[in-house]
Amino acid sequence: MNNNDIIRPENLVYKKPSLLNDAHMHYCPGCSHGVVHKLVAEVIEEMGMAEKAIGVSPVGCAVFAYNYIDIDWLEAAHGRATAMATATKRLMPDKLVFTYQGDGDFAAIGTCESIHSCNRGENIAIIFINNAIYGMTGGQMAPTTLLGQKTATCPYGRRPDLNGYPLSITPLLAQLDGTCYVTRQSVHKPASVRKAKAAIRKAFENSMQGKGTSVVEIVSTCNTGWKLSPEKANQWMEENMFAKYPLGDLKDVESKG
Amino acid sequence: MAKVRGAVTVNTERCKGCNLCVVACPSKVLDLQQKEVNNRGYHFAYMAQPDNCIGCQSCSLVCPDACIEVYRVIEK
Repeated sequence: MNNNDIIRPENLVYKKPSLLNDAHMHYCPGCSHGVVHKLVAEVIEEMGMAEKAIGVSPVGCAVFAYNYIDIDWLEAAHGRATAMATATKRLMPDKLVFTYQGDGDFAAIGTCESIHSCNRGENIAIIFINNAIYGMTGGQMAPTTLLGQKTATCPYGRRPDLNGYPLSITPLLAQLDGTCYVTRQSVHKPASVRKAKAAIRKAFENSMQGKGTSVVEIVSTCNTGWKLSPEKANQWMEENMFAKYPLGDLKDVESKG
Repeated sequence: MAKVRGAVTVNTERCKGCNLCVVACPSKVLDLQQKEVNNRGYHFAYMAQPDNCIGCQSCSLVCPDACIEVYRVIEK
């Protein structure tokens, strides 16, 4: 049996989700954003919510998310995606409203909106991409930057006496009564991609069932900002990021029974 | 014993040559082109060892640009 016998439509087991359009993504080669976009498109397609989904895109690398996934999108001011999603969901409760934010948007300039939206228990899903650096602006230090990590604005490594400590915001949100599902995932291995997809699906379903705010943090790489190859960036993430940002569910109201 | 055979197609114009699929493949099927490039100048991925493919979808799951389609058949 040669390849031409295998490559037939009836044998197809995996293809690009149809909601992900043909526009060439502007992300750097190996960027985790592409994987998460793909998962979001797949989940919305599988839920049959293409006509009802409204995403709120942030300011950051993912600002052009509306060019890549064929659903309705809003573009929020820097950090205000959760506030915009709040209004959208309250006005149109039958829509699937989610935000897609990076760490500079969600955990730096938008911390106030993020925490209060979660505390109010808005029925939205939040996808939070944490790559410990400001990717779009050229690799400056973010609140989530690890101690000792070198960036453009802390070239000798982050120091706690000068720059403070890295902000792990997801455990803070898990303490709030408004959140129903808080989890931390990654997309660096096939198994972790499957887990992240299940987490996004659960977050979207929670938001449609009106259970409260769901937060899915994706610990990601920024190989350009970290100045590593995509492969090395994944290794660096496993060795360094997971110590500060361990993977797993931080809160799941359902499982408590 | 039934043998699982797989094959992948790579959307070469979409591929950015990030090498993540090559690393993720458990059967060492994929590799990046050494000399050929696509319109954007990236060394795209291709099946270097097509006979080893088992259609496990690992490459397509980690691909950030969703450029890999996977096909699988079970040989009787």
